[in-house]
Amino acid sequence: MKVITIDKKGWASGIEKTKSAFQVFGPVKEKEWHSFKALGPGEQPDMAYSNTRISPKFLVQPQSEPMFTYSLDEAVEDHHILKEVRKDTAPKAVVGIRPCDAAAFLIVKRNFDAPQYQDPYWLNAYNAMTFIGFACNTPCSTCFCTSAGYGPFNEAGLDVLLVDVGDSFVAKSLTDKGDTWLKAGGWTSAADASGKIEALMQAAEAKITSNVSTDKLKTRPTTQIYEAPFWDDVAFSCINCGTCTYSCPTCWCFDIQDEARGTSGIRMRNWDSCMFPMFTIHGTGHNPRGAKVQRVRQRFMHKLKYYVEKYDNGIQCVGCGRCIRLCPVNIDIRKVCNQMNDYDPAACVCPA
Amino acid sequence: MIPQPASARLSQKRGCTVQNPYLPYPVRIDEIITETEDKNLKTFKFVFVNPADEEKFAYRAGQFAELSVAGKGEIPIGIASSPTEKGFIKFTVNKVGLVSTFLHNMKVGDVMGIRGPLGNSYPWNVLEGKNVVIIGGGFAFTTLRSSIVYMLDPANRSKFKDINVIYGARSPGMLLYRDELASWERRDDIKMHITVDATSDPDWKYNVGFVPAITEQKAPQADNDTYAIICGPPIMIKFTQPVLDKMGYAHDHIIMSLENRMKCGIGMCGRCNVGKEFVCKDGPVFTLAQLNTMPKEY
Amino acid sequence: MSGYQDKIKETAKRLLKEGSVEMVIGFRKGTLPMMNEPCFIRRPEDVHQLVWDSNCGINLANYLTDRKEKIAIVAKGCDSRNIVTHIIENKIKREKLHIIGVPCQGMVDKRKVAALCAGDIENVTEDGDVLTVTCQGAEKKLSRKEMLQENCTLCIHRNPVLFDELVGEPVAEQTGIDRFAEVRRIEAMESQEKWQYFEDLLAPCVRCYACRNACPLCYCPTCFVDESKPQWVGKSQNPIDIRTFHFLRAYHCAGRCTDCGACERACPMGIKVRQFTSKLNKDVLEMFGWEAGMTLEQRPPLDTYKPNDPNDFIK
Repeated sequence: MKVITIDKKGWASGIEKTKSAFQVFGPVKEKEWHSFKALGPGEQPDMAYSNTRISPKFLVQPQSEPMFTYSLDEAVEDHHILKEVRKDTAPKAVVGIRPCDAAAFLIVKRNFDAPQYQDPYWLNAYNAMTFIGFACNTPCSTCFCTSAGYGPFNEAGLDVLLVDVGDSFVAKSLTDKGDTWLKAGGWTSAADASGKIEALMQAAEAKITSNVSTDKLKTRPTTQIYEAPFWDDVAFSCINCGTCTYSCPTCWCFDIQDEARGTSGIRMRNWDSCMFPMFTIHGTGHNPRGAKVQRVRQRFMHKLKYYVEKYDNGIQCVGCGRCIRLCPVNIDIRKVCNQMNDYDPAACVCPA
Repeated sequence: MIPQPASARLSQKRGCTVQNPYLPYPVRIDEIITETEDKNLKTFKFVFVNPADEEKFAYRAGQFAELSVAGKGEIPIGIASSPTEKGFIKFTVNKVGLVSTFLHNMKVGDVMGIRGPLGNSYPWNVLEGKNVVIIGGGFAFTTLRSSIVYMLDPANRSKFKDINVIYGARSPGMLLYRDELASWERRDDIKMHITVDATSDPDWKYNVGFVPAITEQKAPQADNDTYAIICGPPIMIKFTQPVLDKMGYAHDHIIMSLENRMKCGIGMCGRCNVGKEFVCKDGPVFTLAQLNTMPKEY
Repeated sequence: MSGYQDKIKETAKRLLKEGSVEMVIGFRKGTLPMMNEPCFIRRPEDVHQLVWDSNCGINLANYLTDRKEKIAIVAKGCDSRNIVTHIIENKIKREKLHIIGVPCQGMVDKRKVAALCAGDIENVTEDGDVLTVTCQGAEKKLSRKEMLQENCTLCIHRNPVLFDELVGEPVAEQTGIDRFAEVRRIEAMESQEKWQYFEDLLAPCVRCYACRNACPLCYCPTCFVDESKPQWVGKSQNPIDIRTFHFLRAYHCAGRCTDCGACERACPMGIKVRQFTSKLNKDVLEMFGWEAGMTLEQRPPLDTYKPNDPNDFIK
């Protein structure tokens, strides 16, 4: 593993150099908030940022993505036969991604890269990415990554971890892809900064004061948590919008839709949300999650119970806090997670 | 495991090749049969445009597929043909939504797509050597037809002990596959108990009554070697289950096929879950013992 | 304001104790600064949870739709006007409601406050017109009046119009307010400029439907954007579909919107969705002299018909 020091004076010119080998994405401020954008010539990632408003999952799973095209013109030989849409799989570097958001891709990967089926759209996009992570020296008050199983300096899912040490970034290369990126930027001077990184990491972790308990989620029977009495209270304020799921780096649910104009059509997929009643409605009109409380419960059960049980690899949440910050009615996953974890029907004096 | 055949239509993944599981096989409509008197159920017989695709579409009774209509979308439908029937695949489609309504207006010769086979299947490894009781209602008889044809195939019949079939519909005209039902009635290696809720037909020679009641009268008593497969509308299942309980059927001997809204069919799009299981990939077939541990979200 | 809060708790406790209502809908303290959460209280011993301050911007009328219980609801001016609209549109029965009216002096726009603070806001307290904001350990005093939601600065109906009891004396209504200056600014644009303005306005939309779902008016069992037979609107991020959603939603609210600001407050992307509804509020006021939710006696202009309609389209 290489540890390289990047003098901030040579940062911008290095980023420019990487653009010949990579399409570079970085955080850019638009009005009040940051989001990841493709950086054109001369454009730099804004490293003075906290985190993006919505997660960078769209880099791998765009909100709307064409899957197939077809012709409905019967005069065309292969009419009504679906053809794969060619995707851009050229190398891309995502510079400045926060460790929580990079780790989120590993969580989502378990869904799209399953033993039985592999999703080519997601995997091809993911495999084209080099993730240049940026350690969080100043986490937000809504961050709870450490207790979610990750952390402000977490390396999982990253190719490089950058740490801001003042006048320079320390770049820890974690993979071959990381080496390639550093080489493309022309950064070669070795750094001996492990003590410094360790100290910054501890300082950052100490700033995270909010946390969740997850230790009992796996062993509690599904039906016990499912039937717990707190769901009506949790769900009451929910307006069933898609804010939490759309801003979340680990929510992956999608819809498949055909759209045709004239005789040419596409089959595409779009983000979908378990908050929406249409998500589960049957053709007959029957809806297994027709009530709001059922949909709210599904979101939390999926992230904090079903996923935990299915993959035995922690919760489906990296603790980025976006859903907490953006929820219009202040539904707080930390509170719900603790309620689920601590729920003990035997000890419960249930409200009438 | 469903076989993942090599294909000319491939995507790159880490140097190796995987098939795009969202890409349907092109098929041509070969025959359309209107099944029921209300004309809401039609059976579509498809042949593969590329004959080699038939082999790739190797399926088991109880699986389903996504019927794909370019410009409209996809619908998950149980496979009504049996793996023992070669040269075509069959689906019986109820007209309820956008895609199924469009499909009902399509014609013989039209080209569309089939994606699959999807889902687990009835547990044939468990059912071999056992008595099988099939309990079906209404238009949910499709994968049960597949199962019956499969078991009655000369190559397979000896693998199973007694086969009982209880099948009910609202009226004689609402029964699916009426010619086949009649031919099975004439056989002595399968016991048919066809029933209708009511009929004014003076020549009706089968049962009259709801499926739960006929089950109570006709189904064999439970034992460790007897499995029941139930597939039907929720109301039928709701009232049949207590009957089977009363007759002593253990919950791991009651096999059910679920339906939920689906899109991807391969456990990825997230909507059809019941607890941690996806109906499309981990199901649609579950034992009642399994369902007892899961939320009732279906 | 703390006087209001005590009175709300007291009233809620009394109503629950005497059994005249089954539940009280109000606000409880949220987990973040400047966020309160809509909640329901069913037991008198739980009324201590109820709060009232300048962070109660959610429109609680949204939580009444089709409820069958006997309910007491805390309602500021705009909430009460939406309750009136709900009653007119048969979404709730007047006799099922006990309205605890709260004279309102506007709700704080947390984004305005956040924009003035570098970094995370740790705490916000209010005392009269002074907001004390703690940010990165440092305290900052802000004028509450200057931090209000835009719709609140333009509000001329701060007192509830329909209530069973008020928790305080009515407040003075704002006068001399130019409510539609922003609408006129956009109306004055050239068509190309206007088009570009709306393109830019809607560019961040992710179609989460928070605006729609926060709105008490949007109670259709299936929204036109979700309809599949026929499918009126595509489901992708196509700008045409996004525009269609916002424009049509605004038209569905014409003559019904109280400018409560719930849509704008809910939008996670900070889109000024009131730009659409305000224009229609202005049109309805100018054409029909109508403001939504002011009376139970009259139906909104767009769901009634009069044979003596001054326009000729009907003849």
